[in-house]
Amino acid sequence: MIKAGVLKNANGSAYIEFGDNKIMCGVYGPRDVHPKHMANSSTGILRCRYHMVPYSVSERKNPAPSRREIEISKVIKEALEPAVMLERFPRTAVDVFIEVLQADGGSRCAALDAASVALADAGIPMRDMVSACAAGKVADTVVLDVNNEEDQAGQADMPIGYMPNLEKVTLLQLDGIMSPKEYKECIETGIKGCKIVYEIQKKALNERYFGDDHK
Amino acid sequence: METLHLVAPGDVITTDTGFMRGHGTYHSDDGKLVASVAGVVQRINRLISVRPLQSRYAGEVGDVVVGRIVEVQQKRWKVDTFSRLESVLLLSSINLPGGVLRRRSAQDELMMRTYFTEGDLISAEVQQVFSDGSLSLHTRSLKYGKLKKGCLITVPPSLVKRCKNHFHNMLCGASVIIGNNGYVWISSMEVDQEDQILLNPRDEPDTTREKDIAITREERETIARLRNCIQALVARKLTLFDTSIQYTFDASRGYEVKELLREDVMQEITEPARNID
Repeated sequence: MIKAGVLKNANGSAYIEFGDNKIMCGVYGPRDVHPKHMANSSTGILRCRYHMVPYSVSERKNPAPSRREIEISKVIKEALEPAVMLERFPRTAVDVFIEVLQADGGSRCAALDAASVALADAGIPMRDMVSACAAGKVADTVVLDVNNEEDQAGQADMPIGYMPNLEKVTLLQLDGIMSPKEYKECIETGIKGCKIVYEIQKKALNERYFGDDHK
Repeated sequence: METLHLVAPGDVITTDTGFMRGHGTYHSDDGKLVASVAGVVQRINRLISVRPLQSRYAGEVGDVVVGRIVEVQQKRWKVDTFSRLESVLLLSSINLPGGVLRRRSAQDELMMRTYFTEGDLISAEVQQVFSDGSLSLHTRSLKYGKLKKGCLITVPPSLVKRCKNHFHNMLCGASVIIGNNGYVWISSMEVDQEDQILLNPRDEPDTTREKDIAITREERETIARLRNCIQALVARKLTLFDTSIQYTFDASRGYEVKELLREDVMQEITEPARNID
C-alpha cells in the first residue's frame, strides 16, 4: 500500500507499507542549496538521507547514522539520479528524506518506491518512475521480496531498482552467493516484481489526484 | 464531463510525432512523447502538456508577489517567494523613506537592516527573470513595501488567477493582497493607509513614530473569516480571485468563524464561487 501526499510541510511525500516495512518519505525542492559551495552551476543536485528510527527494529537502533544507512542513502541517491531531470534546474537541490518507522527486510527497495512517488507528488520532472523490489535465494529457490527472517536464514538477497518505461536498471546489489543461471533468474523475477510495484505506485498517484479533487 | 487522463512520469502519452511538446513532457530517444511529471494531460490543438499535481511558483515579469526576507546581503536582500531559487531585491529597487530619488550611498548600505530585516513580509513586483529562473523584485511604488498587522496564508500558486489588480479592498472592510506566488496577505484596511513611513526632512527612516494602531475584535474576526474562506476555496481546488473570495465570504455569514473549517460547511460556502469563472 502506498499513499501519496501525507506530509503537509514537504513539497512531496509518500508513505509505504511493504510487508511489515513502514516507511515515510518527504521530498523538498527544488530549492536553494545551503552551503553555497555545494551548488552546481550547470545542474541541480540530489541529496538523500535514509534513516531508521530507534524503534524500527527489535533491538533499539542507535539514532546516529550507521555505515549501513550511509550506504543505503548513497545507493538510493544514485538510483534516483538517472530518473530526475536535474539539468533543468541549475544551482538548486532536491532533498529526499526517508524515515523507516518499522523495518522487516527489503527496506531499501520500499524506501526507493516511496521516494519515487514522493518526487512525482512534488511535481519534480522525471524521465521515469523508479520501482524497486528485491529478489533472493532462500533454500535453493529463487524467491521474490525476502523478509528479515528469510534474509537471515537465506543464501542471497538482491535488491533491484528498475525504470519500467525506459526498461533500465538503476539499482543492483547482491548479498550472497549464486550461480550464473540463478543470477539471471533472480534478475528476471526481480524485474517482474518491480513492474507489479509500478502499478501500485501509479495507483497511489491516481488516488492523490482524485482523492483531493471534488469537482 | 471529459475523462481525465492521468499520467505518471515516464508514461508514454502518444507515439504520434505531429504533436508539439508543452510543459511537463519530453521527447524520448525513439520519438515518443513522454510525461515528465505526474498530473493531468491537457491537449490544445497540437500542443500537449501535463499539468502537475503541485509545483513551485515560476515567475513572470509584472507579477505581484508577497515574499519573506530571508537574508540581508551587501546591497541586496534575498526573498523567499516559494520559487525554485530565492528571489533578489536590490537596494536600488526599493523606495527610500521620504520618497527621495537619489543614488544609494554607503550609508544606505549600512542601514539596510532598518529598511527590511530577516523575517519581514513584503509585497513587490517582479522586475526581471534571470536565465536560471530566479526573480528580481522591486518595490518602486507606494503600494508595495513592508506588510504589517495582518495574516498570511499560503496557497498553491496554480490556484491564483492572473488579474490586472492584485490589491483588493473587500467590501467587508479588509484588504487582501493575492500574490501570484501563492502567498496571500489579509489585513485591516485602516492599517494600509497608515503604513507608509513618514516624511522626515533629514532623510532618515523614521521608525520611532510608527503608531501603534489597535485592531478591533470585529476586524480580527473579519480577517479570520476571510482566511478560513480562502482555506475552503483551496480545499475545493477553486481559483482564487476577488469575486470568488467575496462570494464565499458572503455565503459564510451564517456560520461562526471556527465552523468554517468543517468539510460540509466548506462544501456549502464554496458553492456560489464554483459557478463563476
